[in-house]
Amino acid sequence: MTTGAPTRTRGGIGVSVRRPDGEPKVIGNFAYASDLSAPDMLWGATFRSPHTHARLVSLDTSAAAAMDGVRSVLTQDDVPGKHHFGQEEQDQPVLCDGVARYWGEPVAVVAADDEETARRAAAAIVAEWEPLEPLTDPEVAAERGSVYREMRVRRGDTEAAGSIVVEGFYETATQDQAPLGPEAGLAVPDAAGGLDLWVTSQWIHIDHTQIVDCLAMEADAVRCHPVGIGGAFGSREDISLHIHVAMLALDTGRPVKMVYDRNESFVGHVKRHPARMWLRHEADADGRLVRVDGRVILDGGSYAHTSRAVLANAAFFTVGPYRCDNVTVDAVAVRTHNPPAGAMRGFGAVQTCFAYEMQMDRLAEALGVGPVDVRRRNALVAGDPMPTSGQIVEGSLPTLEVIDALESIPLPDPATHENPLTRPGGTGLTTPPSAIVRGVGYALGLKNLAFSEAFDDFAEARVVMTTAGVEVHTAAIEVGQGLVTVCQQIARTVLGTDRVAVVWDDTSRIGSAGSTSASRQTQMTGGAVHAASVGLRDRILAAHDGDELRDDGVYRTGVRVATIEDVCADGPVEHHERFRHPPTERPDENGQGDVHAGFVIAAHRAVVDVDPELGLVRVVRVDTAQDVGRALNPQAIVGQLEGGIMMGTGFAVMERLVIEDGVIRNPTFTDYLIPTFMDAPAVETRIVEQGDHWGPFGAKGIGESPTISSTPAIVSAIRNATGRDLTRVPVLPEDIVGV
Amino acid sequence: MNVSITVNGERHEVPLDLPVSLLTVLRESFGLAGTKDACEQGECGSCTVLMDGEIVCSCLVMAADADGSAVTTVEGLTPADGLHPLQEAMLAAGAVQCGFCTPGFVVAGAHLLDENPRPNELEIKEALAGNVCRCTGYGAILRAFEHLAEDER
Repeated sequence: MTTGAPTRTRGGIGVSVRRPDGEPKVIGNFAYASDLSAPDMLWGATFRSPHTHARLVSLDTSAAAAMDGVRSVLTQDDVPGKHHFGQEEQDQPVLCDGVARYWGEPVAVVAADDEETARRAAAAIVAEWEPLEPLTDPEVAAERGSVYREMRVRRGDTEAAGSIVVEGFYETATQDQAPLGPEAGLAVPDAAGGLDLWVTSQWIHIDHTQIVDCLAMEADAVRCHPVGIGGAFGSREDISLHIHVAMLALDTGRPVKMVYDRNESFVGHVKRHPARMWLRHEADADGRLVRVDGRVILDGGSYAHTSRAVLANAAFFTVGPYRCDNVTVDAVAVRTHNPPAGAMRGFGAVQTCFAYEMQMDRLAEALGVGPVDVRRRNALVAGDPMPTSGQIVEGSLPTLEVIDALESIPLPDPATHENPLTRPGGTGLTTPPSAIVRGVGYALGLKNLAFSEAFDDFAEARVVMTTAGVEVHTAAIEVGQGLVTVCQQIARTVLGTDRVAVVWDDTSRIGSAGSTSASRQTQMTGGAVHAASVGLRDRILAAHDGDELRDDGVYRTGVRVATIEDVCADGPVEHHERFRHPPTERPDENGQGDVHAGFVIAAHRAVVDVDPELGLVRVVRVDTAQDVGRALNPQAIVGQLEGGIMMGTGFAVMERLVIEDGVIRNPTFTDYLIPTFMDAPAVETRIVEQGDHWGPFGAKGIGESPTISSTPAIVSAIRNATGRDLTRVPVLPEDIVGV
Repeated sequence: MNVSITVNGERHEVPLDLPVSLLTVLRESFGLAGTKDACEQGECGSCTVLMDGEIVCSCLVMAADADGSAVTTVEGLTPADGLHPLQEAMLAAGAVQCGFCTPGFVVAGAHLLDENPRPNELEIKEALAGNVCRCTGYGAILRAFEHLAEDER
């Protein structure tokens, strides 16, 4: 027995430790899905519908199949199992089932010796189409009953009336996640007729279920592996090329790789639902909300994907973080022939936040009070009932604290406009700098945490003690946000060692971690890692009658009683955990119930300079205060806040997929504008810590919040600068100029 | 046709069967996967390399036009032992999230520092405006350069 001074675990929670995948990324040898290869590998390519809606009269693949180097050409007839997939409803054909329902729908796939030949072969496929009338107007779709889901919220007195009424109609455009890494995958057949898949994903287990169904294979014959991901933001929550690349590999018996180019990526993943929203707020003379009525239409496009869950979020967050006892919401997600919509950072809460925050600004104007004042008067806090569902907010909800923290950040000095690069429009500005006007705007945003509405939401982790250190096994997908670091930090803190490695397991080795979405992985996989680490620690302590686990062994009252070698004398010791958050309920027919697992709040303040003659905007700064529960890695949190604000900035002033008759007119980085370094506002952040009721150490997920209320804060600032009543995003020059 | 390209200090003869880009040759012929393909339109900067000392989007350079040139990729900028100071600074600042844009920023940023060892904020932003990052919001990348300036002092 030896004695030792207590050790402080390096790299535990609360400090900004470096991410373990940082060095490979910065030197360029981190393996993304698009970097993979295998011996004897073929390349796949996709032939797509050139029509928004058309009947496939005939399909001739003979010319493609006859080309030198082409090894396989597959159509819907070749799908071995179920012909349709989808995580909520299996309504999307693997390959065109005789009718194309959106522009760019996959019709056939080919595999060839090289990428160029594969693309040429796809282009050599001849299809005869009979165009059909597409349904592209979401309101017409709603009238015709072409709906995925309707949500009805009725709470309190539907006849309640206030003395101040503000009403507005708002629209949000289609935003694309535009992750820099394209959809990509490698499928490798094994000798037993099975398959290993490395495909860009946010949730390999939900992919796996759909893939084996469509391939008609046993679950254990297909292994989906985590792989390097170049950003996701929701775009990889649904199947893209997974089943195609798998079919080609099975058909040829050879490894097959597919990579979408940027144009194909724009049609190859779901987007943010475009929304039309009507809201009416009634308040008393003090500005307290008496009644809110809302109608919301989300265009879900041609296949279901996650539209039902997105709609629920839009409906439940129609009022935002404000108290109101009388609420009526009618929300509908419709099926059209527009590009399929699905998950994107904020997931339905983005659209309605824009609408309710414009309404709160209007209410402030009608009252003659400041925009912060009206938000304070109505702030929803812990213990209050949600205005929509009536659910009592459990855990922390520091709404007033984030407002205070935001207001503690000083406003910038007035602009001098000395350097033309920092004027709206940059050096191209022809307006005299003296005509530039500045505005300031505020917004709050509320978001639910993890999955809701009685979904069986769980995450598995297995933590293994070896003589070389601790291994954390999980199938949770790291998309860049830093989950890998947080998992390490949690295990280090519980197990008293800094020697922790995260091991990404495939679907055959561990159960689901759930999706990397819904701001959930820090809490869910983090929660699983925490629970598994605690279980492992307690098991080791019990086995050696100890009271403390340190880097070099088990201690009892400060004296070491077993080394790590003793602990692992019979081999590695492990503990496996399936972690669940507190149960949630399905809403009743009036949208009432404890539907959410928890909430997170953020506040944003934007400062803009506007050229009112040309309608150009420079977003000078966007400051934020963010509720984080407990900060596990402050630097990673700031990274999420700044990155999310940039995505919200893009949505406020530039990001818009132009869709005409179902056709995406700007599926390139030339025409779909993403904020660059020169567009980037300065950002100052304040982290507000009030531990929540179930995340590890009280942590909350914060991946989505920064994107939700940054957009309305910027639009509010433009309103403040120009006096224009702005009702849609992105705000375009014509909205400001008023033409 | 064959082209002769010096990549990261080594001269190579490359047979060209197809009219491909320098990016494709770097990735597929040389296996230098650090140079990323994200838009193939010269809009995002993920494929940035140095060609005869100038930064280019390698997706926009036909491999045939690189004949006789010297190309440096992120792999070539990385010292055999350790990291380039900018790589170190980006790690310390948390400027790496998904990392897909990172090699492009390293190449363009190292080039900036060669030309202007003490760039101010606006010079950094302007020099890197051709590199799109979708994750970080650029704040941490800016702070990486500030760390470098502090280290220099």
